[in-house]
Amino acid sequence: MRPFTFERATSVEDAVTKAAAKPNSKFIAGGTNLLDLMKLQIETPPHLIDVNHIGLDEIEETEEGGLRIGALVSNTALAADSRIRQNYGVLSRALVAGASGQLRNKATTGGNLLQRTRCPYFYDTNMPCNKREPDSGCSAMGGFSRQLGVVGTSENCIATYPGDMAVALRVLDATIETQRPAEKAPRMLTLDDFYRLPGDSPNIETVLEPGELITAVHLPAPVTGKHIYKKVRDRASYAFAVVSIAAILKEDGTGRFACGGLAPRPWRDAKAEALLPDAKAATAQLLAEASPTDQNQFKIKLTERALSSVIAEASS
Amino acid sequence: MKFTKPAPKNPIDNQTVMGKPTPRIDGPLKTTGQATYAYEWKDVVENPAYGWIIGSSIANGRIKSMKLDAAKSAPGVIDILTYKNAGIKHKGDNSSAQQIAGPKVEHYHQAVAMVIAESFEEARAAAELVEISYTKSKGKYVLEDTLSSAKKTDQQKDVSVGDFASAYESAPVKLDVTYKTSRHSHAMMEPHATIANWEDNKVTVWTANQMINWSKTSLAKVLGVSKEDVRLVSPFIGGGFGGKLFILSDASLAAAGARLTKRPVKVTLQRALIFNNTAHRASTIQNMRLGANENGELTAVAHKNWSSALPEGGPESGVLTTGPSYKTPNMLLETRLSVTNLPPVSAMRAPGDMPGSIAIEVAMDEMAEKLKLDPIEFRLLNDTQTNPETGKPFSRRKLAECLQQGAEKFGWSDRSSVPAQKREGSKLIGMGVASAVRGGPASKSAARVQLTTDNKLIVETDMTDIGTGSYTILAQTAAEMMGLPLSDVDVRLGDSNFPAAAGSGGQWGATSSTSGVYVACVNLRKKITDQLGLNADTATFENGNVTESGKSTSLSSIVKSGPIEAEGEIDFSGRGDDHSYYTFGAHFVEVEVDIYTAETRIRRMLAVCDSGRIFNPVSARSQVIGGMTMGAGAALMEELHVDPRYGHLANHDLAQYEVPVHMDIPHQEVFFLEGEDPLASPTKGSGVGELGICGVSAAIGNAIYNATGVRVREFPITMEKLLNEMPVEV
Ligand SMILES: Cc1cc2nc3c(=O)[nH]c(=O)nc-3n(C[C@H](O)[C@H](O)[C@H](O)COP(=O)(O)OP(=O)(O)OC[C@H]3O[C@@H](n4cnc5c(N)ncnc54)[C@H](O)[C@@H]3O)c2cc1C
Ligand code: SF4
Repeated sequence: MRPFTFERATSVEDAVTKAAAKPNSKFIAGGTNLLDLMKLQIETPPHLIDVNHIGLDEIEETEEGGLRIGALVSNTALAADSRIRQNYGVLSRALVAGASGQLRNKATTGGNLLQRTRCPYFYDTNMPCNKREPDSGCSAMGGFSRQLGVVGTSENCIATYPGDMAVALRVLDATIETQRPAEKAPRMLTLDDFYRLPGDSPNIETVLEPGELITAVHLPAPVTGKHIYKKVRDRASYAFAVVSIAAILKEDGTGRFACGGLAPRPWRDAKAEALLPDAKAATAQLLAEASPTDQNQFKIKLTERALSSVIAEASS
Repeated sequence: MKFTKPAPKNPIDNQTVMGKPTPRIDGPLKTTGQATYAYEWKDVVENPAYGWIIGSSIANGRIKSMKLDAAKSAPGVIDILTYKNAGIKHKGDNSSAQQIAGPKVEHYHQAVAMVIAESFEEARAAAELVEISYTKSKGKYVLEDTLSSAKKTDQQKDVSVGDFASAYESAPVKLDVTYKTSRHSHAMMEPHATIANWEDNKVTVWTANQMINWSKTSLAKVLGVSKEDVRLVSPFIGGGFGGKLFILSDASLAAAGARLTKRPVKVTLQRALIFNNTAHRASTIQNMRLGANENGELTAVAHKNWSSALPEGGPESGVLTTGPSYKTPNMLLETRLSVTNLPPVSAMRAPGDMPGSIAIEVAMDEMAEKLKLDPIEFRLLNDTQTNPETGKPFSRRKLAECLQQGAEKFGWSDRSSVPAQKREGSKLIGMGVASAVRGGPASKSAARVQLTTDNKLIVETDMTDIGTGSYTILAQTAAEMMGLPLSDVDVRLGDSNFPAAAGSGGQWGATSSTSGVYVACVNLRKKITDQLGLNADTATFENGNVTESGKSTSLSSIVKSGPIEAEGEIDFSGRGDDHSYYTFGAHFVEVEVDIYTAETRIRRMLAVCDSGRIFNPVSARSQVIGGMTMGAGAALMEELHVDPRYGHLANHDLAQYEVPVHMDIPHQEVFFLEGEDPLASPTKGSGVGELGICGVSAAIGNAIYNATGVRVREFPITMEKLLNEMPVEV
């Protein structure tokens, strides 16, 4: 860990002003991802701004009939909120499928969106990794890539976005509210706009500008249907998804779905949804552009199987 | 005392304390945070410096240059240890690589330097400023690619009984299959850690080590000092599983660093370093050939096992468990070892037997199906009281009883003999069984016992408790021998100043160390009876009194004038060549496999074990369920992935190397057969800690086959190995 300075922000405005004043500074919320990465010197911010005391820890109803989730709402509180459980079951289920109780108590909505990949080579600073060190190469390609992405990847990086919450947010058509330094109005971003695909700069994962703070996540009015989160993994708990599916389906198996564990961001495709309830056709469409490695080729079949399972669950 | 067989009737047979279910006596210390682990000692040294070990970034080659200046002048840095100034004289007993690399590098994450600083954080930060450049050499990293150069090894000689080739040739029913098992990490909870301090040219290390006496000898060689000048202290150990049998870089570099800086030095291995820096269980390829007659009697058994290691390393001897398993007149056991430049391989819980049990016990399942026999019936048909490998009778073998009782308790009769028949919702359900066969070794073990003037009985031995329950069974032994309540016994372990015990490894700890305490107590009893003019053979020690011919003297009156102490050592060298010493068990598992995703989860596990007398059913059960849990990991998820381009184990932290969590482990039932084994030891029992893991993974694999009809011969059985063959169209 490199030495760093630390200060505490008292409001949204204070946080972005402080961030603008210190280039390369980082916000710290729960710290469950950032601190691990700092210990390994994968993240080396010279300055941290603690955002735990700026408010933003409430879930409010919006005029559009949806909810505005403050960026500092913990994963535990969000999963347990009665409105979320009743009307956005897929989100609650995705959250409790992630990490562990202790981590979810600390983890925040904003921090969760920005958790970084679990590619093993990203974590080993002896290894080339374009995401960690631009232009050093990608070790995962041709290496231990079983867990990594099959679609949306590039020849420079095949890492996945590893999380669960954002997969549910994607299927709910959530939008992310942010605040930029020296801007009056917040900006609103869809998840697809928020997350960048790796292309030739896998080190840049989102469109967030320096000093830009996530302030909230907006959920539109509830979507009816069966809310399902299916997380396929090698052990029963406390493991990242090999493949996951967030779905809101009618009894006939039509509706919407998004996938985790496959791509650098939650993966959703309207053309694939149009093919439901045919899991085979929908998966073929969703992963038409897939370029898996030998080790993670099975994720394609697994996605189809997991989708079949979700459709069967919706109709039962 | 030399052990002569069979053990006579002795006070241990009273079973007033020994053999009774006893919660671990060190439990309250552990649950209240008062048990001090290696890194936690606060008052033993003043003002320690902190060491941060840097691991090699290449797998094989040489250090070309080291730039240390920037790190040396970083805040708080005291010095940097490298092969040039470490003063390390020996690689350590049983190590296949140097404690610190240089100029040669033998494996990935081998220690290349240690930054010593005033604080942990300063040492870690400065480590990033150390610049080491290397010249890489080509290495071999894939077992499969080295088979043509694999050689026989003296560490596991080939065994040939009868004439396998012709018996197999003429057998009417044959099986010829090959299994693979993965590389496993011990992944114990407590990372390796040491505090080292020199005083008057003598070093004390507070460390986490399973084998105090071995390691004291080894550390002395490593440091180039005499054995008398080394003291190891290791009273509490947060798990070992074989990962802490030997001197590793934490201990050697802490001691060398303390010598260099003339400061106490404290070192822990960061978790991500442990996997490649220390040692792991080697992967295996195992070919099994079984021949049987139409009645289902085995006529020919061959087991050939391949594994690889660094040039000075040993084999993972899968054949170990096959030799004694089933009756056969013709047997061929072959072990081949090749060289790879991966990190060191070493003993892990039931070395050899554990992966070996996958091969023999899955093969038995496959053969039973060929013979249209129930897998239990097939095993019973080939049961034997004579070790087919050596021709010697077993001291005790109750495998049949284990299988039969287990079948009854588990509801084996509900199993469909045809696979893929039982479905509940989206799950396919199956049952599997396997035998557990594991050696019951014993070795020299000494102890000292003292009755103090305040009426306590102190037991001192360098035996270790790696979470296994040694404290408790040794207290039970001493209490039983001296006729005192358990609460009067104070057990002190894990200090090389105490008499040398067998240590914790190879499941010999319990049988050896209880026998050592037994002998010390026999000697103490003799001292007391001599002092009182009583006959040691007829006097009894009960309820705090020594009694002969109706006349009782209280032990408390005897120590009024001063404490009484005795030492003793058990020596098993006379245990003889006329028997085979093994422990046996049977594992039963029910699994469910998701028809869509092929995810396997375990529903029920049950074991029936026998190792003669069970000293403490509570801690013995803990040992077996721990073994079952580890076996579940090996069956379903545990695998160190080799990246042959870099020559390292790529998933080297606990996020990537998955071990079972609570949700993976359902209710586990464990039963022990009653009885004792007077041929095994004076305390009439053997160990169970490694028995508990043998056969478990095979039983799970067999259950998966029963559930799905898909036979996977490459462990662990992860979803992608089943996915394409799942029997249900969805
Ligand atoms: C062992 C382990 C297992 C896990 N398993 C899972 C799992 O199964 N599924 C899963 O989904 N996740 C899992 N996680 C990840 C976990 O969900 C994340 O670590 C957590 O959500 C991050 O939230 P945080 O508040 O702690 O973020 P922090 O660590 O504080 O921050 C993470 C990043 O977000 C930035 N940041 C934080 N808040 C803001 C903000 N408001 N605006 C702008 N930037 C911000 C920080 O600068 C940093 O770059 C696991 C984590 C661990 C350690
Ligand atoms: S996949 Fe991405 S994160 Fe992984 S090594 Fe390649 S560049 Fe780095």
